[in-house]
Amino acid sequence: MSAISSQHSTNATAPYLVHGKPLYRRVLPRPEVVLSLGLVLIVVLSTLFVPHYLRPNANYTFSTLLLNATPILFLLLPETLIIATGDIDLSVSSVLGLSSAVFGLIYQAGTPIWLAAALAVVVGGGVGVINGVLVTIVGLPSLAVTIGTLALFRGIAVGILGTTSVTNFPPPLTRFFSGSVPGTPIPWQILFWFLPVMAFAVLLHFTPFGRGIFAIGRSSEMAAFSGVNVTRTRLILFILSGLVSGLVGVFFTLQYSNAIGSNGNGVELQVVTAIVLGGVSIWGGRGTLFGAIVGGLFIASFSKSLQVLGVSDDAIYVITGVALIISVVTASISKHISSRRRGTASPLQAGGD
Amino acid sequence: MARSHKKITHTGGVVAAVLAFALAFAACSSNASTGSSGTSTGSSGTSTGSSGTSTGSSGTSTGSSGTSTGSSSKSTSGNYKIVFMPKSLGNKYFQASDAGGKTAIQEFGGTYSEASGTTASPTSQSPYIQTAIQHGVGAIVLAANDPQAVCNDLQQAQAAGIKVVTFDSDTNCRNIFVNQVTVQAVADGLVKLVVDHLGSAGGKIGIESGGPNATNLNAWIDAIKKDLTKYPNIQIVDEVYGNDVDQDSYNAAQGLIQAHPDVQAIIAPDSVASKEAAHFLSDHPQYKGKIWLTGLGLPSELRDYVHSGVVESFGVWDVGNLGYLAAYAAKALIDGKITGKQGDTFTAGKLGTYTVAAHGEIDLGPLLVIDKSNVDKYDF
Repeated sequence: MSAISSQHSTNATAPYLVHGKPLYRRVLPRPEVVLSLGLVLIVVLSTLFVPHYLRPNANYTFSTLLLNATPILFLLLPETLIIATGDIDLSVSSVLGLSSAVFGLIYQAGTPIWLAAALAVVVGGGVGVINGVLVTIVGLPSLAVTIGTLALFRGIAVGILGTTSVTNFPPPLTRFFSGSVPGTPIPWQILFWFLPVMAFAVLLHFTPFGRGIFAIGRSSEMAAFSGVNVTRTRLILFILSGLVSGLVGVFFTLQYSNAIGSNGNGVELQVVTAIVLGGVSIWGGRGTLFGAIVGGLFIASFSKSLQVLGVSDDAIYVITGVALIISVVTASISKHISSRRRGTASPLQAGGD
Repeated sequence: MARSHKKITHTGGVVAAVLAFALAFAACSSNASTGSSGTSTGSSGTSTGSSGTSTGSSGTSTGSSGTSTGSSSKSTSGNYKIVFMPKSLGNKYFQASDAGGKTAIQEFGGTYSEASGTTASPTSQSPYIQTAIQHGVGAIVLAANDPQAVCNDLQQAQAAGIKVVTFDSDTNCRNIFVNQVTVQAVADGLVKLVVDHLGSAGGKIGIESGGPNATNLNAWIDAIKKDLTKYPNIQIVDEVYGNDVDQDSYNAAQGLIQAHPDVQAIIAPDSVASKEAAHFLSDHPQYKGKIWLTGLGLPSELRDYVHSGVVESFGVWDVGNLGYLAAYAAKALIDGKITGKQGDTFTAGKLGTYTVAAHGEIDLGPLLVIDKSNVDKYDF
């Protein structure tokens, strides 16, 4: 196929190479494809070799696997877009905790639960505005800003509930958020997840806004000259991140029927790990939402297997950390090598590959 | 050409990561497969198998552990596979309680294991409870980080026929709670120590606790406050929290003393808080004789401070016995001897007979006061 298109590349009817390589050579080396295969491999190997993996039944194994990962699967959606612009939002877990505390506090005061939930999401959006304004309008680096707000929002979250926690949520609701569709391993929460997945996938991969995100990740100056409203795009992404974190705060609270400021502590690192493992460049400009989601599922199923094997948290952290470093370092070295090979006349690449 | 090269090498990162995972996975699973033949015999398997690796923490019991292998050899009706779930791993207090539990489980020929997170967050025990369900254990013996957050998983465990015993910190959903000491006994014991020290003159005191949400700590502090209302000349100036973390607890003690230079006594009803408060006071000799410290602590951690005079006396219970009793309570539940109903009785090995009190609670006994005279007797 490549030979044919090369031969005819001088023809007026086919002036461009359609594809330089056959399909399998284009698809197989993609990071998200490799990771998907790894994910399948882990589940298959665990099913075959890990004692008790499918006990008491397969539905239980996979529903707990998914339910434990649900906050991460939600949070990585906006985070992927933020990382694709070259920014980062490390405050997501603290916004989750803040939303949880606000939700509990408002509900405890006698407000209807749907209104309390809505207000908690609004609070999440509000703190997203704070992050976004500090990053875009004030112009501070997102890493520094969100490390600051990571501590700030967690402090407020733990502070506003004091030494108490709110646990008296309606049992039908908490059963729903901690339960799965009967007869399947699919948690009810995951059904809510598909809508934002679609929305964020379309936004990132099929809209001018999404092309702008990748353009900003490549070079924000170039994006600005090309007509991308850089400030607006980055601000919107931080607000979306806040809103989603706020929503996850509500879901998390109902899942564990426990509103407490320390909810979700440390989740941000798993979110970023999932995204980077999924082939999204930490420098921005490249990656797919699909890859990030596979990254999240990969870590979740890996943790599950290790837990059933009786391996402790420490080992899971160590392995995840090592894998992340290998992934980033190798990508960095390859970037360096390829840019040297290309020399100075490197062709501009379209975003989104 | 360059472009494709770049893409492939970028993928190399992910390939490498997957490989790293796979390698680690292979290593762990080979680990577990050797373990799984042995895990059914619990820790006793390891001490018989590899000669000489007698695990230190259990100390006295390792000698006999080799003989008590396997529940299969004994004709037992119940599933005595019991998993201990401390708040987090690596905490000396829970190492002592779990060692006691292990001793008990070996006595009745069950299988002991221990699992928990390395940090004590409200939901950190959840995956380990799920794993226990998957492993089909007979009972979970848990010190809960949060009274509510683990309930969904614990209820699923109970639905699967697993008995749930809590110790140290209770939850809203268990069969039996083994209470190390009643709330009133802790408050009475510690308040007596403070009142004896301050005398009729009274004075200002501070409280240094662990996590702000810990059920037991908050109950004790409330009871201490209530007891102190009988002594109007003793005033609590502040409560600080060390979150069961060494550094935080040290800083909390420092913060308390700096904010209230006139504080005369500190009550630290938490083992990390009392250890680090003592650590701070011994680092700063200028407070010697001015600030008096008591609380709940571990003899092994406070021994040096007791001998050097930084701590005169403190309260504790026999932590090993707590785990021991919890394990026997789990066995009694598995055997169906007790259900959690008030008045049920069972025999807990060397500790004798216990009766279930109201609300499915079993009380270990009164507070034990440790000072120079007896601190060397306890090795937990």
